Amino acid sequence: MEAGIHQLTAGYALDALDPEERREYEAHLSTCAHCQDELASFWKTTEALAVAASGPEPSSELRERILEEVRAEPPQVVVPFEPRRRRAVPVLAAAAAIAAVVALGVGVWASDLSSQLDETRVALDRERATARVLVDPGARSVSLQAGEGRLVVNQQGEAVLVLHGIDPAPTGKTYEMWIVPDGDITSANRAGLFSGRVGSEIERLDGTVGVGDVVAVTIETAGGVDAPTTAPIIASDPV
Amino acid sequence: MEASASTVLALPGPHDRFAMRKQHTHLSDEALVALVARGDEPALAELYDRVGRVAFGLAFRVLRDERHAEDAVQEAFLAVWRTAASFRAERAKASTWILTLVHRRAVDLVRREERRRAEPLADEPALEGATEATEEAAWLRFERERVQSALKQLPDVQREAIELAYYGGFSQSELAERLGVPLGTIKSRMFAGLARLRELLDDSAEERSWKPEFTN
Repeated sequence: MEAGIHQLTAGYALDALDPEERREYEAHLSTCAHCQDELASFWKTTEALAVAASGPEPSSELRERILEEVRAEPPQVVVPFEPRRRRAVPVLAAAAAIAAVVALGVGVWASDLSSQLDETRVALDRERATARVLVDPGARSVSLQAGEGRLVVNQQGEAVLVLHGIDPAPTGKTYEMWIVPDGDITSANRAGLFSGRVGSEIERLDGTVGVGDVVAVTIETAGGVDAPTTAPIIASDPV
Repeated sequence: MEASASTVLALPGPHDRFAMRKQHTHLSDEALVALVARGDEPALAELYDRVGRVAFGLAFRVLRDERHAEDAVQEAFLAVWRTAASFRAERAKASTWILTLVHRRAVDLVRREERRRAEPLADEPALEGATEATEEAAWLRFERERVQSALKQLPDVQREAIELAYYGGFSQSELAERLGVPLGTIKSRMFAGLARLRELLDDSAEERSWKPEFTN
């Protein structure tokens, strides 16, 4: 069995393991120095196979598309200096924290390539949506009546909560966001979960926020709940 | 430079100064990844300029479709951008990492595309620009010949397992079925073949760097 799993190093380097074995192997890899070394050396071999595959050249648009996509990422959003819009700057500065945090959260690439790619895609989609709200010239900033930060809402009601000084949620707990129509907490609608991180927290809310709504955050059991069970620790002014 | 209200949030066009900038040509691939981790776009552009052609050639070989190959390369480079901080230079070279991401993505895509099953080992695409006189083209030709000659020295069944897996995107169990042999046989063919190929390539490689330094 042991020899069996070591032998999978070749299949893994060639991306030829079936999904279940891939997961098993990655779990094994994280604890097996022998396989880590073997994989590193097999990867040199597969790189040679990659180089030998080279055929047609990519279109010149591909380079441009990649760079454009990268520029659209939150930290790279280009906002030429213009005094009238200074109000937007603190929000954007906070947004710069996103990519770095996600990259760190993804972990060591060698043992988890597939989830690295998947998480990247999910994070990308989410952060594109977040960035869209943050840089929307029509978005306005709503201050918080409790907590530090602000709520940014665009004209379509898409909203992003920017928080400062939030500690990571305690083990077994999560932060849960709520959209509260007319400030009536008993009719609060779920708007997403986040676990909190040191520094700034930037969260896109699920659902849309209407005039008069309040956005609140409570601490709930991990996984979230359907209605708030604790008093909000963060609440916005009515939108 | 004055920005009108309508251009305040516009992204730069294709001909803006960024696209023209080339300031990192003297850095190693690994140094570029470190810069990318700090959000440096020109560093990503430079990495693309170095690895993009091979990356696309690889994705195209697996996917046999330009559009899909470009998608695979694009997603891989975005993953590079997003996760550069988690790259560990002591584990692998940057080019290895990037090409591994590209290959993984290409294989994921091709397994969703049933149509490629028809003829995964049709003739290799001709190396376009084979008469190109650039140093890069010459080096690619040289590497291709070196690897092909090493592959030819493998026993047929090992070469077949490696080529179908790496270039065809077939998983081990798919190969076992396709070739009508037990899964365990495929696993050992793949391992023995890749280990032998590693040996052959080590023997034939005098130069360890993945790519010569090009003058800009």
